[in-house]
Amino acid sequence: MTAYRYLLVLLFTGIIGLAAPAATAGVLPDDRADTLYHYYDGGGVKIDGPSILVRKSIKDRVSVYGNYYVDRISSASIDVVTSGASAYTEERDEYSVGVDFLNGDTLMSMGFTSSSERDYKAQSLNIGIAQEIFGGMTTVTMGYGRGADDVYRNGPDGQPDGIFADEADRRNYRLGLSQVVTRNMLLGINYEAITDEGFLNNPYRQVRYADGGSATGYAFEAEVYPRTRSSNAVALRTRYYLPYRAAVQAGYRFFADSWGIDAHNVDVGYTHPLGPAWVFDLSYRFYTQSAADFYSDLFPYQGAQNFLARDKELSTFDSHTIRFGVSYDLIADGWGFFDKATVNLHYDHILYDYSDFRDLRAVDSGGAPLYATGTEPMYSYASDVLQLYFSVWF
Amino acid sequence: MTVARISAALLVLLLLAGCGVEPWVRPYERDRLADPIMSMDRDPVSSSYINHVHEAREGARGASGSAGGGCGCN
Repeated sequence: MTAYRYLLVLLFTGIIGLAAPAATAGVLPDDRADTLYHYYDGGGVKIDGPSILVRKSIKDRVSVYGNYYVDRISSASIDVVTSGASAYTEERDEYSVGVDFLNGDTLMSMGFTSSSERDYKAQSLNIGIAQEIFGGMTTVTMGYGRGADDVYRNGPDGQPDGIFADEADRRNYRLGLSQVVTRNMLLGINYEAITDEGFLNNPYRQVRYADGGSATGYAFEAEVYPRTRSSNAVALRTRYYLPYRAAVQAGYRFFADSWGIDAHNVDVGYTHPLGPAWVFDLSYRFYTQSAADFYSDLFPYQGAQNFLARDKELSTFDSHTIRFGVSYDLIADGWGFFDKATVNLHYDHILYDYSDFRDLRAVDSGGAPLYATGTEPMYSYASDVLQLYFSVWF
Repeated sequence: MTVARISAALLVLLLLAGCGVEPWVRPYERDRLADPIMSMDRDPVSSSYINHVHEAREGARGASGSAGGGCGCN
């Protein structure tokens, strides 16, 4: 019930804040509506769907938003193929609503999100506060979030089997600082701690262990994760306005968790407007992580240790992302009720390269493995991610 | 709650420090910073989607600037 107590405190604070006289004016987010279609294709998985986000302010003090998001998933991933399961389809629907209260230089926000698929339900509540200080040079932000997940397992008919059910409780604590450094440069620092407790693995995933009695030389058993996880992440982000009208950005994040995963990612980007209507974006992101302590591609025997994982998201791997984006403003001078309307296309190409997750799909025509157990080639794949969206400001 | 306490202490310290600092970039000098191309998050609908794409496939999470929602990462 702690989340609800926080909600009540925030509501109370918000009401007090609204009653107080405004000092210098902060800024509410823009009034706008976005309709996005997203498409992901990579590693045997295709996901697409819409996302619709509408945000509207009321009397310059309050801004409300609502978001509806869908993932339509069709999966024949390497995990599905090597476990012998059939390809499956799934849909995830997510609804978010939130409100921001502005009082002088203080912006208070809260939001609620509900996500639902047949075998996974998640609800989360987030609250936050942003305070401008030093004459608007610095903005300090703090936030807290609480999530409650219900995990089920689908049977062969694609519906929850009624046997397995478990829960996970998630909390996050956020702290941020954004700073005007010079008249051309912005800097942001964000820190986030996340703690999870409950069922944190995937009820379908299995680990591989050496089994001399099997024709393939190995066999599978269910994975077992710890029931707690805590992580820390700190990110730096900067944007710089070039001598002509264009901007460069750079970012870095360090992540470490109690499962032994350390991760780093860096990104650089360039934004170039062309005339009054066009904006082009080009960026590159590199990500690298070490494996969880209890991860192995091949355990020596069944039940080799208390915790077992062969989930590629917990393995050692790198990824490279190249992004291209273009935005076109349809009505740069406004049109009636609308201030601006853009049509946008973003394309990301991502390469994943695994260092200790092997590809077990290489078999001969008789189904026998082409490689000796533990010498299979490392897995890698590429993804294409497309976003097409239309935005209006009013 | 240690993190929350440290966060609160840091916020108070920053607020106190603010009493003696003159802004070195005046409001009328922030025209370039106000240009939409300088926004850290120009299109929230797009950035929250791409953050989700990465988080569902990576061990790392958090500090990406968005509050985050459900999982949907099976």
